[in-house]
Amino acid sequence: METTTPAASPASKISVRDLNFFYGKFHALKGINLDIPENKVTAFIGPSGCGKSTLLRVFNRMFELYPDQRAEGQVLLDGENLLTSKQDVALLRAKVGMVFQKPTPFPMSIYDNIAFGIKLFESLNATDMEERVEWALRKAALWTEVKDKLKQSGSSLSGGQQQRLCIARGIAIKPEVLLLDEPCSALDPISTAKIEELITELKDDYTVVIVTHNMQQAARCSDYTAYMYLGDLVEFGSTEQMFFKPTRKETEDYITGRFG
Amino acid sequence: MPEKHLSTQFDSELNAVSTRVMELGGLVESQVQQAIRALGQFNAEVAHQVIETETRVNEMEVEIDHEISSIIARRQPTARDLRLLIAISKSTANLERAGDEAEKMARMVLSIIQSGTPRNLPASELRVAADLASGLLRKALDAFARLDTVAAVSILKEDDLIDKEFDNFMRVLITYMMEDPRMISPSLDLLFLAKAIERVGDHAKNIAELIIYIVKGADVRHSSIEEIESVLK
Repeated sequence: METTTPAASPASKISVRDLNFFYGKFHALKGINLDIPENKVTAFIGPSGCGKSTLLRVFNRMFELYPDQRAEGQVLLDGENLLTSKQDVALLRAKVGMVFQKPTPFPMSIYDNIAFGIKLFESLNATDMEERVEWALRKAALWTEVKDKLKQSGSSLSGGQQQRLCIARGIAIKPEVLLLDEPCSALDPISTAKIEELITELKDDYTVVIVTHNMQQAARCSDYTAYMYLGDLVEFGSTEQMFFKPTRKETEDYITGRFG
Repeated sequence: MPEKHLSTQFDSELNAVSTRVMELGGLVESQVQQAIRALGQFNAEVAHQVIETETRVNEMEVEIDHEISSIIARRQPTARDLRLLIAISKSTANLERAGDEAEKMARMVLSIIQSGTPRNLPASELRVAADLASGLLRKALDAFARLDTVAAVSILKEDDLIDKEFDNFMRVLITYMMEDPRMISPSLDLLFLAKAIERVGDHAKNIAELIIYIVKGADVRHSSIEEIESVLK
């Protein structure tokens, strides 16, 4: 693999070392080594089945929900290997939040969608809770649209609003890392633009990792880009370099839309 | 482009705009050669033809720029495709300006003819520089068509020869003017003409630098030959 991170690269939040991942006998990730920079947006791109979502799901041990899936190697979050950590997985997921492809609002009010997660980890009084909910909704650029209907059901919102609700829910518990798995694939261009704007703002406080099929989205909103193919990390570098002058021919063929 | 895009329409758009810039290059090249011929023979008719061609060159520049904007807007090109389109856009501007220089040469030829003393001027001293510049433009276009970086470097080296020829010519012209002050006015026309020839060489050089930009992704403007050769290794 070619690594062309600029000389003044920021500290890494997540360090992946010799990571292999298996779905039963299928070898889905092959010896991945990667440093996810802190307070930056890193995008994973690659064709379907390349392992980008799998890699994302390792970062908060989401794969453990399924039998026959296992990860070998190291994934260091702030230096601690989260694969062998004794840390409670719920606490890990509070630190490493995730937003999925399809909006997944809980079947409860907009307000409770946000408050639910907070109650699991913190005991806030009513005023603090209201402040936190408003803060999360403002951060997710949703507040002005929902502030007068907080008691309405989360599923009454449009798709784009639901997705921003899920992002608000994700950041309400103040995670350190936010994983976004194709967060805009079901959204129209305006909702997409709002979420991309949000991603750019979020990186001041969080480390963001986004999986996307939309290469232009990776080009628009990420600082670093990783190109994956058939379970290998082919190239990782600054987004500018990856989209202007990738080092590997495979990367260039993929991002310019040529047959590999 | 060696390999094809998934979108064949994108391929044909890129091919079409590449072909157009080559057509423009051919037109400008013949314009420069005509201007040199007008100078060699002090032929007003040929000089007028050079000036007339300018309109077509300008139109083509506008058309190519429009095609490029359209491809960028609709295809969001990246990497090599993006570099190719930027290079085509800049090459087009360089070709149009080389055409302007040919026009300038033609106007100076007409002005010298009107002064009534063309045969007394040391115009033949410009022959070497003129042929060098015109040859360089041709080589730059050939190298661009083949994306040949080796040829591009040799063009960059050759441009220095034109600059040296220009300096030599200036010295000759100054001596000439000192010997016969009545010839200063037509001599100045000839000096502007020599400068136009030198500028054609510069435009060829710019195009050669763009070839390296497309292939290697390196911006080699304002770099020494040694630096450029190390980029190509």
